[in-house]
Amino acid sequence: MRLAIKNARIIDPASGRDGVGDLHVADGKISEEHARPDRVIDAKGLVAAPGFIDLSARLREPGFEYKATLESELEAALAGGVTSLACPPDTDPPLDEPGLVDMLRRRAKALSRARVYPLGALTVKLEGERLTEMAQLAEAGCVAFSQANAPLANTQVLWRALQYAATFGFPVWLRPQDAWLAKDGVAHEGELATRLGLPGIPPFAETIALATMLELVRATGARVHFCRLSTAGAVELMRAARREGLPVSCDVAIHHLHLCDMDLGYFDSNCRLEPPLRSARDRDALARGLEEQIIDCACSDHTPIDDDGKHLPFAEAEPGATGLELLLPLTLKWGEARKLPLAKTLARITCNAAQVLGVSSGRLTAGAPADVAIFDPKAPLRVVPEMLKSQGKHTPFAGHELAGRVRYTLVAGNVVYEA
Amino acid sequence: MQRNPQLNAQGELQHLLSIEGLPREILGQILDTAESFVGVTEREVKKVPLLRGKSVFNLFFEPSTRTRTTFEIAAKRLSADVINLNIALSSQTKGESLLDTVANLSAMQADIFVVRHASSGAPFLIARHVKPHEHVVNAGDGRHAHPTQGLLDLYTIRHYKKDFSRLTVAIIGDVLHSRVARSLIQGLTTLGAPQVRVIAPQTLLPSGVEALGVKVFHDMRAGLRDCDVVVMLRLQNERMKGAMLPSAQEYFKNYGLTAEKLALAREDAIVMHPGPMNRGVEIDSSVADGPHSVILPQVTFGIAVRMAVMSIVAG
Repeated sequence: MRLAIKNARIIDPASGRDGVGDLHVADGKISEEHARPDRVIDAKGLVAAPGFIDLSARLREPGFEYKATLESELEAALAGGVTSLACPPDTDPPLDEPGLVDMLRRRAKALSRARVYPLGALTVKLEGERLTEMAQLAEAGCVAFSQANAPLANTQVLWRALQYAATFGFPVWLRPQDAWLAKDGVAHEGELATRLGLPGIPPFAETIALATMLELVRATGARVHFCRLSTAGAVELMRAARREGLPVSCDVAIHHLHLCDMDLGYFDSNCRLEPPLRSARDRDALARGLEEQIIDCACSDHTPIDDDGKHLPFAEAEPGATGLELLLPLTLKWGEARKLPLAKTLARITCNAAQVLGVSSGRLTAGAPADVAIFDPKAPLRVVPEMLKSQGKHTPFAGHELAGRVRYTLVAGNVVYEA
Repeated sequence: MQRNPQLNAQGELQHLLSIEGLPREILGQILDTAESFVGVTEREVKKVPLLRGKSVFNLFFEPSTRTRTTFEIAAKRLSADVINLNIALSSQTKGESLLDTVANLSAMQADIFVVRHASSGAPFLIARHVKPHEHVVNAGDGRHAHPTQGLLDLYTIRHYKKDFSRLTVAIIGDVLHSRVARSLIQGLTTLGAPQVRVIAPQTLLPSGVEALGVKVFHDMRAGLRDCDVVVMLRLQNERMKGAMLPSAQEYFKNYGLTAEKLALAREDAIVMHPGPMNRGVEIDSSVADGPHSVILPQVTFGIAVRMAVMSIVAG
């Protein structure tokens, strides 16, 4: 199958290419040959960029099929132009056995939708006590190991886990949060939580954990990716860690680039997120950190939740929000606010994420997998939960006016989504 | 920001969920109405027909005797039918959801839901889902708010001190976990009390409490100086020893109200307590039963204030 995308504004953040032209696809790869195509897509007025890579998207299988299925969420991914995604191991049971990972990969492959990269559980049942069979999980297809949002209070286990992962060169993905300081907390510890009487999570729950983890990176040489930072203090720690040359990277969830604790309003459970929405100062530091590439990537932290999980008092509501279909418009909104050229903006959800994930997609150079998102960056998008393909309809952005609509999504040269 | 969910489009009180964000005029209206009801509660026939034919559902997801009883008495004095539901809430048992419970009761033609819940914000959730003619009165949600208690405290202060504009009020004890303190602070700042103090060790103060408009004292003696009103908060048993406080004895020594410490306040100071009291933990019996104490009148005013709130929202 040969495909030609004509008249598109082609943006390849990895190479810095940004100009109107044609993009050719052959045998599932970006091609330089201009042989007669089987299909031509006229993309006049649209942007053609590498398909987006989302570093955190929960598909809810196995175990939570009543909240979402692989079918629904991978469909949502394609509608959002997301062609690759990493899924955290907090399924039920957690991804701590090769058989589970194998099954998930097979199911995903059979659907031939977005590429699914499972993260294996770092500890058995995510309980933070015993290490999983990382080498066998890696063989089954795990690209890295993670505790998802489960606490790992025992620093000796963490130390051993990093040593063990480093032995085999497996990356470890961690969300820094001190389990004790965060205990029972549901909102950023600050004026808003005080006013609403919500138990708080202090910002130093994140920075203390991050400082500990960075020290363990120094001790073990493990490659660690920090997930979903939420505080200004964490950005500063990462700045120093990068200057020092530690083998670390990090991401931020799109919600935390745009929202802060004040958005909880009158106990809006759509704003019940993990980590919690923090102060406006933290939000601004995260947005700046992403611009300065102290933070490598933005992720959707996609978490489909059913109504029963959200129609509860704030503290009892399940944390998380749907996000796959909002990754592009919210990343564009961030880039626009920072006055960045489109190529720089898109790097945070394409080539930078590919580097963290260790994959060859996320670029449009010849020979790269033909994963492409073709979108209209100016097309208005009003967030109407019922219109989302994801089974998760809960988002703090419901009703917001954004911009950026995906028209075509290609995975391995196949047009898998058209709108 | 959304419209304050307690007010209808005309700015009238639709639900009472929190004192925060209520205009001064509405607080005044509630206190004035309560004043007119104080007479009723002293009459031989203690009933007015304002809510005749209406149903008040006392929906208590957290155990309470006192508050529930005063709401019940208040509703009955307004001639409403009262249905008490004590729903023991166990977070582990996945029974009927909160909203299902409310929907079921709503099908039984409720007019007012009086709600107490262990989770901050629960009455807001309910208020978002009830029918337009139904009203929600918050009888205490988590650490967030206890607006009728706050209002009865304001009523008591106004009764004894007449004017808020020159008052110094000290609130002493476990502000961190106290919905009573939050509601009272918001009421006092709305009505223009120039100085509201909180007195407690750091472990019992929420972070950024100054942003509520209070001045923080850790030294009780300094904090009590020249106060007109002293409000003691209840210290829950489970917080008396552990990481919050080492012991009840040490707490009493530093933050218990004794006659000797009370002497630092103004001569005509009043002492309040939302109840139930822990004598010898936060307050000495000689003070609780002494001439400055207005703790029992608070309870009496509480009925009038709850009558006022219910008659205004559903009237």
